[in-house]
Amino acid sequence: MSEEKNILSILVDNEPGVLSRIVGLFSGRGYNIESLCVAETMDPLVSRITITTMANLPLVEQIKKQLNKLVNVIKVHELTGTKFVQRELVLIKVKARPEHRAEILRIVDIFRCKVIDVGLEHYTLEITGDEDKLSAILSLLKPIGIKEIARTGIIAMFREPKNN
Amino acid sequence: MKLTGAQILMEVLKDEGVELIFGYPGAAAIDIYDELAKTDIRHILVRHEQGAVHAADGYARASGQVGVCLVTSGPGATNTVTGIASAYMDSIPIVVISGQVPTHLIGNDAFQEVDIVGITRPCTKHNYLVKHAEDLARIIKEAFYIARSGRPGPVLVDIPKDVARKRVNYKNQIDVKIRSYSPTYNPNLKQLKKIINLIKSSERPVIFAGGGVILSKSSKDLTEFARKTCIPVTTSLMGLGAFPGTDPLSLGMIGMHGTYRANKSTGACDLLIAVGTRFDDRVTGKTAAFASQAKIVHIDIDPTSIRKNVPVTIPVVGDCKITLEHLNRLIDEVDFGDIKQKQKKWLDEIEHWKSTKPLAYVQRELIKPQFVVEKLYELTRGEAIITTEVGQNQMWTAQYYHFDKPDHFITSGGLGCMGFGLPAAIGAQLAKPDKVVVDVAGDGSIQMNIQEMATAVQYCLPIKVVILNNGYLGMVRQWQELFYEKRYACTSMDHTPDFVKLAEAYGAVGLRATKPQDVESVLSEGLLTPKTVIMDFVVDPEECVYPMVPAGAPITEMLLV
Repeated sequence: MSEEKNILSILVDNEPGVLSRIVGLFSGRGYNIESLCVAETMDPLVSRITITTMANLPLVEQIKKQLNKLVNVIKVHELTGTKFVQRELVLIKVKARPEHRAEILRIVDIFRCKVIDVGLEHYTLEITGDEDKLSAILSLLKPIGIKEIARTGIIAMFREPKNN
Repeated sequence: MKLTGAQILMEVLKDEGVELIFGYPGAAAIDIYDELAKTDIRHILVRHEQGAVHAADGYARASGQVGVCLVTSGPGATNTVTGIASAYMDSIPIVVISGQVPTHLIGNDAFQEVDIVGITRPCTKHNYLVKHAEDLARIIKEAFYIARSGRPGPVLVDIPKDVARKRVNYKNQIDVKIRSYSPTYNPNLKQLKKIINLIKSSERPVIFAGGGVILSKSSKDLTEFARKTCIPVTTSLMGLGAFPGTDPLSLGMIGMHGTYRANKSTGACDLLIAVGTRFDDRVTGKTAAFASQAKIVHIDIDPTSIRKNVPVTIPVVGDCKITLEHLNRLIDEVDFGDIKQKQKKWLDEIEHWKSTKPLAYVQRELIKPQFVVEKLYELTRGEAIITTEVGQNQMWTAQYYHFDKPDHFITSGGLGCMGFGLPAAIGAQLAKPDKVVVDVAGDGSIQMNIQEMATAVQYCLPIKVVILNNGYLGMVRQWQELFYEKRYACTSMDHTPDFVKLAEAYGAVGLRATKPQDVESVLSEGLLTPKTVIMDFVVDPEECVYPMVPAGAPITEMLLV
């Protein structure tokens, strides 16, 4: 069975050690973590952990069950299909020699990202988007020279139904 | 009412009905011990903290209550880890309370500090570090609730010294409400109707019962279910006693050292009804070949057990007892016709496997370990509570002591933890003072927690330790004989203590048999002696456990005697 990228949105008690339980479950059972985001929700007693993991269908089922078994896990949602929105934020430090600056700014314009820091030899760009958009801009900037990137990892949410 | 943390702990323990604690004091636990000594709760001073956890495990299994341990910080806490891991694998409800250095020193590499909550996170059902005395009562309540509910398991509570000393308000009315924890007890009835239909249409059904049947106290319901439907029953190691071993429908144990008929029946069945089991690799052998002709029904309270190792046709998440009660009601509403006639051909086939390939060994001039277990079974009339160590001793006990009742076989099944049997016997004897309690041991594993002999003698526990002494780490030697061309790498115990003298040194009674004709008299004398007794049986050193399924092979492919 083929492995696919799965986004799990996990509501947990906002307590010390809970993230360690989740991460420990993944490492102890040999599940992989592609990205991980954690932050408090509107309810200060609850945090949302968003994990993307590569796994086939039976394994995703098992991961969800194992997560639900943890006492501090309140709810596990698997986000699949088109019924959710996802975003990731990336900071890209790109080499900006004089001959490339105009090209970089054109790309910034096309992708609607922002230049948030400028140096003699580099620009730092901020971009949010889904996976396709981010990989598109990274592939365009790569030939120009990317010094480093920092990604937040994916966060995601269900869409509300369109018609009532 | 203002109480110290330690006093609050005692109040909650009393409220939970705790009568007995296994433990070992130390600096970080001294305030808790100071209060414990003022209560009626009995404390059993073990000789090593690992022994305390195994004893609590044995106590929990024999009594059906939550077992409780109390240890100090650092090494006291780390010594409990093996016992906790064993209880976790076997789903045994225990609460381990560990002392911790004061909160202001946590993270400081203080004397006897260890992050025991971090260490035990993957081998406890849940664990807690109590940072505020105000939370202590609630946490202890939750710990007991989590340990015993759903799929049971060990819970650890780490209590810093200053939390035990701090005085705070205490109210004794605490309701446990954990919004993120609610086990599913009631099965989906639609699924159960499908099971009934499958039973109707099956020709070669088998029931496979695991430790979940014993934990949910549903042996009677399972027995009723099997007898009503006339379906033969095999059990896992943990399930021994869930169905009477002497019943004509009993197939005996399944798996690596299962009976020929149990493994053959599983290979040939067209319907496997698994109840309270997790399809461990020692049960399934090669999973792709396991029950490959069968539709599998899997009833378990833990959803993660279902479809983890084998594909399942009808999953049922629920408590085994409630589910079996429903099934028994549903069966009464269905006309199965002449069920005995319907099952006759299948049962005849099984009978043929049983009569042609029974459990067997060849009696020679040396004592055969199987013979010792058989005699033990006869002399105790199958009524004793038997604990075991791990390895050959454990498998021979599982094969030759026919357990008719639940809670009579206490073994470290999942973790396979040597050194388990003696402390577990201590726990079981304290839970059931009127029962004969026997630890069937090997000469290797008994030495892993032999120090608990002192505990048994101190509390006048008339435990009988039967050592099947072959001078080897026998199960590993067996693998070396069969699969490593007899290269006995490091499995020979070239020096073992004189167990008779050792027993006497501990203040117990020591007996020995070296010839088959002495086995019965030594067992009789040992069983009749109202003291802690070690019986040392010098057995055939190269005896193997058969049947044996080589690791990774289908369970239908067995090596036989």
